[in-house]
Amino acid sequence: MTTSSDQKYYLPEGMPAPAANVDGLEAPFWEAAQRHELLVQQCNDCRTYQWGPEWLCHNCLSFDMGWVEIESRGTIFSWERAWYPVHPALQKGLPYIVVLIELEQAGNIRMVGNLLGDPEQEVVIGAKVQAVFEDHAAGDGVDEPYTLVQWSLAGS
Amino acid sequence: MSYSDERTIRGKVAIAGVAETTYYKHGTTPDPEFRMALEAIIKAADDAGIAVTDIDGFASYSNDRNDPNRLATALGLPELKFSNMFWGGGGGGGSGAVANACAAIVAGYADTVVVYRSLAQGQFGRFGQAGGGNVVRGAGAFTAPYGLMSPAQSFAMRVHRFMYEHGTQQEALRAISLASYKHAQSNPRAVMHGRELTEEIYDNSRWIVEPFHLFDCCMENDGAAAMVITSAERARDLKQTPAYVLAAMQGSDYRQGATAHNAPDYPTSNFKTLVPRLYEHAQVTVDDVDVLQSYENFTGGVLMSIVEHGFCEPDEANELFTLENLSAPGGKMPLNTSGGNLAECYMHGLELIIEAVRQVRGQSTAQVPDVNISMVGSGPMVQPVSDLILARDTGEGR
Repeated sequence: MTTSSDQKYYLPEGMPAPAANVDGLEAPFWEAAQRHELLVQQCNDCRTYQWGPEWLCHNCLSFDMGWVEIESRGTIFSWERAWYPVHPALQKGLPYIVVLIELEQAGNIRMVGNLLGDPEQEVVIGAKVQAVFEDHAAGDGVDEPYTLVQWSLAGS
Repeated sequence: MSYSDERTIRGKVAIAGVAETTYYKHGTTPDPEFRMALEAIIKAADDAGIAVTDIDGFASYSNDRNDPNRLATALGLPELKFSNMFWGGGGGGGSGAVANACAAIVAGYADTVVVYRSLAQGQFGRFGQAGGGNVVRGAGAFTAPYGLMSPAQSFAMRVHRFMYEHGTQQEALRAISLASYKHAQSNPRAVMHGRELTEEIYDNSRWIVEPFHLFDCCMENDGAAAMVITSAERARDLKQTPAYVLAAMQGSDYRQGATAHNAPDYPTSNFKTLVPRLYEHAQVTVDDVDVLQSYENFTGGVLMSIVEHGFCEPDEANELFTLENLSAPGGKMPLNTSGGNLAECYMHGLELIIEAVRQVRGQSTAQVPDVNISMVGSGPMVQPVSDLILARDTGEGR
């Protein structure tokens, strides 16, 4: 099965929407994604990049963690193709590809997303990718619009 | 770094009794989960030849729902001296719960500690299925909206990266599954007893998530298992041949809990810092290990775990992982000889520890000849993981 052209998003509608923890730790990332900017944590003291977010720098133990915008590109570090619907919404969207993207421009931190395009395509570890900001409208039990950071092969 | 006599449990503690309930397919037990826990505990005490009222401590893991206070009350225990829960989900705490029980006995907190696990997921919720709700907060927000939710999906990319770096072939994963099913055919307790697995059936089975076929994934089952742990001195006078504990401990490598798949060392089962400590405490090497039970959440984790325990180099896995090498009794490295999580019962790996004890006693349904050293690895790819080395002969007093 390939993604049909009338499908609004890579995965079917009804998937869980992302949100920051109630303490707000990840809020800058999700807010920036809606502006189509890729923000990650960087220590204001030792400049170490850190992902996922934490209140403390794991390298120098500074609590002064900042957020910086980085270039929205990366490299496929690993991948999987899922064939089993672990969520009811996925029953109409199998298979799909999850990729782990390494961000060389930010201390080799990694992000998880989907690889856009044919879900049965051959996936090559080491391939260059660029971020695609996938805007989701509110609805279906989700009060606020949100944006997922997806990935597509560079130059595609 | 070395450890003085005062800082090791080596040879001081033994597993004296083991037991399980009937093992069932998921959702088919006629009994409540708590009742199954009680049944397994009473049977383990009987196997050891102790009175139930001798039990004075409990240790478990993976957020077992059966509270030691309720167990002690239901069993009429005169006193409860030790209750303990190992942090972390999945099977990472199986050997770790044994380690905690051993520590309690050596420290003098308690004398007879039961390690137990009881599972009837149908009465609560399933592990392999994501929960409901339309918003996911915190670390889960970096994975769940992309369809990365289940345990199989959480580990598949670690395994894929390992296979990419080391040229590991699907056949190596397949051999692990074939060995478990082969061993289950001689084990009447096994849920998959009478259900043979062939290369063809494996190859034609559906993908759950690449690189895991259906048969690379553990089952989900109902049942309960328990074991009695006491001092080596006392175990010598009990009913069964003692399985002496040479080492039992937990570990986790540098920042393995980093969220959104950011563990710095990614293609790992998380045993790299634990293994050297384990062998040093046990005073054995990998060459001494006669039989191995290695926790199978997914076959790829078993493979990485066995590599990290020193049985082969990462690039040699395709040669080591064949059905012949993994089969009891004559294989080079007999593995998961009861059928384990794949084919005996998914009792979160406590069935693997029971099998390791039976191998020491000579009571396995796929017995390896002349077992002295019997090892268990618990929980690959989770944080923390744990290990256990048992022996028939501690080598003391020769």
